Amino acid sequence: MTKLNSKTPHGPLAEKWTNYKAHQNLVNPSNKRKIDIIVVGTGLAGGAAAASFGELGFNVKNFCIQDSPRRAHSIAAQGGINAAKNYPGDGDSVYRLFYDTIKGGDYRAREANVFRLAEVSNNIIDQCVAQGVPFAREYSGYLDNRSFGGAQVSRTFYARGQTGQQLLLGAYGALSKEINKGTVKMYNRKEMLDLVVVDGKARGIITRDLISGKIERHSAHAVVIATGGYGNVFYLSTMAMSSNGGAAISSWKRGAFFGNPAFVQIHPTCIPVHGDFQSKLTLMSESLRNDGRIWVPRKKEDAEAIRAGKLNPNSLKEEDRDYYLERRYPAFGNLVPRDVASRAAKERCDAGFGVGTGLAVYLDFAASIKRLGVEVIKARYGNLFQMYEKIVDTNPYETPMMIYPAIHYAMGGLWVDYELQTTIPGLFAGGEANFSDHGANRLGASALMQGLSDGYFVLPYTVQNYLAAEIGTGPIPINTAAFDEAENKVKERINRLLNIKGTKSPDYFHKKLGHVMWDNVGMGRTKEGLEIALKEIPVLRDEFFKNLRVTGTPDEFNPELEKALRIADFFDMGELMAYDALHRKESCGGHFREEYQTPEGEALRDDDDFMYVAAWEFIGDGVKPELHKEELKYEAIEVKARNYK
Amino acid sequence: MDLTLKIWRQENAQAKGEFKNYQVKGVSKDSSFLEMLDVLNESLVDKIESPVCFDHDCREGICGMCSLYINGRPHGPDDAITTCQLHMRKFKNGETITVEPWRAKPFPVIKDLVVDRSALDEIIQSGGYTSASTGGVPDANAILISKYDSDLAMDAASCIGCGACVAACKNASAMLFVSAKVSQFALLPQGQVEKERRVQKMVAKMDELGFGNCTNTYACEMECPKEISVSNIARMNREFLGAKLFSRETV
Ligand SMILES: Cc1cc2nc3c(=O)[nH]c(=O)nc-3n(C[C@H](O)[C@H](O)[C@H](O)COP(=O)(O)OP(=O)(O)OC[C@H]3O[C@@H](n4cnc5c(N)ncnc54)[C@H](O)[C@@H]3O)c2cc1C
Ligand code: SF4
Ligand code: FES
Repeated sequence: MTKLNSKTPHGPLAEKWTNYKAHQNLVNPSNKRKIDIIVVGTGLAGGAAAASFGELGFNVKNFCIQDSPRRAHSIAAQGGINAAKNYPGDGDSVYRLFYDTIKGGDYRAREANVFRLAEVSNNIIDQCVAQGVPFAREYSGYLDNRSFGGAQVSRTFYARGQTGQQLLLGAYGALSKEINKGTVKMYNRKEMLDLVVVDGKARGIITRDLISGKIERHSAHAVVIATGGYGNVFYLSTMAMSSNGGAAISSWKRGAFFGNPAFVQIHPTCIPVHGDFQSKLTLMSESLRNDGRIWVPRKKEDAEAIRAGKLNPNSLKEEDRDYYLERRYPAFGNLVPRDVASRAAKERCDAGFGVGTGLAVYLDFAASIKRLGVEVIKARYGNLFQMYEKIVDTNPYETPMMIYPAIHYAMGGLWVDYELQTTIPGLFAGGEANFSDHGANRLGASALMQGLSDGYFVLPYTVQNYLAAEIGTGPIPINTAAFDEAENKVKERINRLLNIKGTKSPDYFHKKLGHVMWDNVGMGRTKEGLEIALKEIPVLRDEFFKNLRVTGTPDEFNPELEKALRIADFFDMGELMAYDALHRKESCGGHFREEYQTPEGEALRDDDDFMYVAAWEFIGDGVKPELHKEELKYEAIEVKARNYK
Repeated sequence: MDLTLKIWRQENAQAKGEFKNYQVKGVSKDSSFLEMLDVLNESLVDKIESPVCFDHDCREGICGMCSLYINGRPHGPDDAITTCQLHMRKFKNGETITVEPWRAKPFPVIKDLVVDRSALDEIIQSGGYTSASTGGVPDANAILISKYDSDLAMDAASCIGCGACVAACKNASAMLFVSAKVSQFALLPQGQVEKERRVQKMVAKMDELGFGNCTNTYACEMECPKEISVSNIARMNREFLGAKLFSRETV
């Protein structure tokens, strides 16, 4: 337990980052050219970091799975990005954004990191505007803001329902500029399959070229993992199909600790599951909760009649509707944080009040349409309504939308210190891939902020601080034993999968794993359920390695092989999550243990025993990982029970 | 629903491709087109045949990864959506559906329905950005932008880089794609400093990569999933002409 050092700088909270930058080590321009940095991922975190390293003059090698860096999953973020600009003058400040983020995360994040995040949030908006990101504006020409869950101020900047797209295209522009200059070399359609560690330092990666199947070696003086979240361990999630946990799991197996793996976010407003052919769940942006009211029928008979198609929800009288969020949380109403909203929906559906298949609640715009008119609603949410109608085939302007919670985001990730460095020297992690600043629950519009903060404003400083000691190292050779070993291991993994020659496809196993995870490691967790998961996952993994069928060869474009490799890692990921969830005998944020709740059904934290980051060390395949603890200390904030009532 | 699929199969870039017929049965009308292909692929894996390769990722119409030429139209028979948002309720039971890759010289086939669209990245790399380095930029509200211009810039910036416009065009022109980027920056104060360089660089790159000329058939606009308007092409032509005539530097 002595192994974890967060390296939080001394001094008052508000001065830590300024002091750090004032005293950090730098690399002079002529030395930067001699230093290589690998950045894995081109999302907001990876793209922004690679571009910024390039601007500084380092040699950057940037990798992604898709055919272009512009398609990283950040592109799909809809609602917005937070910043403490206080343009609306409604009482926001760096401190308030910091405070809301810590509280929203249920006091399970590191104070100094979160303060820095709030501090640089304003620079992000300036940077993006300079890049030509067309944020929404008022008629006056000033930037517009909207409000998001978990906050009482309007601090969210947005670009229609496509904020992630516009921010990513901004970073992609910066990256393209550096590719053109030659400082960044872009490697598309290449998947990192292992990390190479030489003499205890991260020195490179092994990739598979997804077109030719070729296994390749790449070396550098430092490696940044910015590969996004692992939500797809649940099979159905709002993540893109290729989102995976592979790079993080490979790093974990090479010695990087994994922080709070059990903390995943379940987003309350997604289109409900409707068939087993379904490949993903679609998010309906949280911004909809600004104008939509969430309800279920007050009487069970009505819910049954609606499910049977005998009753139209529009004909239900006001007094027969239960606006359960407004009822339970009058102060925040429909804008309570995501974990609270998700659990409340599950509670109503489990109690028999659900609509649709029984696992859905209404998100109703009738009142807002009456108040503001159809045109205003259309201008605010037109593209989301259209998306809903294309998928569900009903018109949300006329019939209330149906929504249900779905897996959406991973707060857990590689454990990093204040410098975003993992427990392997020279290995850094940014964006959703690190265990992050969101504690046990992330507030809406804060992931984009964190990804860009890490990429533009933190990693360029902290990685440089590390590299200052590497100026004499010289190029890292790839013909060494460490690279041989890593490459051979990757090849063995691939051959093993191809040689099983069983009867079931990768998707078959992924779906099964997803069920085990959703039932036992999902929204409501219990000791029994988690123990079931820890029994069932190894059984399923065994069956996978006995009965998997991967068609085709390793030396070609082979999506079945890609899936199989990722699913093999998801078994490890799922197990790790279950271990963590089982050990954390409290409820906090997205982690809800049914044994630990108040009489009113609210999460019951145990600050005496669990106010720490759980960092798990890989010991060996099939062996329970070892727990390390980073105690959390709150100096600037008084720790309280979270209350949105 | 039961369907016959006539799908383009091609081993790799060098191989000669051909159409193959497949039957799929019991497809839900609520499934998406790609989910229908998933069902087909599961059945092919069951028979130890090689599944049909196609590009996809977000499956919600925003990443621009999916493609497919379905019954002669990029992104299929519905308007203003991508292939991943196309639902089977748009087809009839018993129908034969033809599925091909994007066909355009600058987009060589990689395998089956997967093509190489890196030419679009190359065009952006030639100048489709503002050169603002990280840090040292003015406050976001320092320069006011009229909502009207900002909204127009946002319309143009919605392009997802899917390449349907190129696939739809008989000349394989990338004008709609390029003009969307040029317009976004031409409409914003932040894009002004480099606007002459930008448009000339991007047009030169587009020509160099073998994209064809625009002959104003507007097929691109009709098939664009994000309804990018051809008025952007007109704006780009004005920008280009202006740059050629009045630019003080030669690019
Ligand atoms: C539908 C949706 C809506 C959202 N809306 C919002 C919102 O409104 N506001 C908000 O703040 N947040 C939102 N989020 C969350 C936010 O979008 C993500 O957390 C964030 O964008 C993650 O960025 P990233 O850079 O960490 O990773 P990503 O954008 O996921 O990028 C990962 C990158 O890593 C690459 N990669 C992965 N594995 C490998 C590998 N093994 N080898 C090589 N490359 C690899 C990928 O190709 C990709 O380039 C939303 C998320 C979803 C799913
Ligand atoms: S202009 Fe339209 S069709 Fe062309 S790449 Fe952009 S989104 Fe696709
Ligand atoms: S898969 Fe992303 S746009 Fe279709």
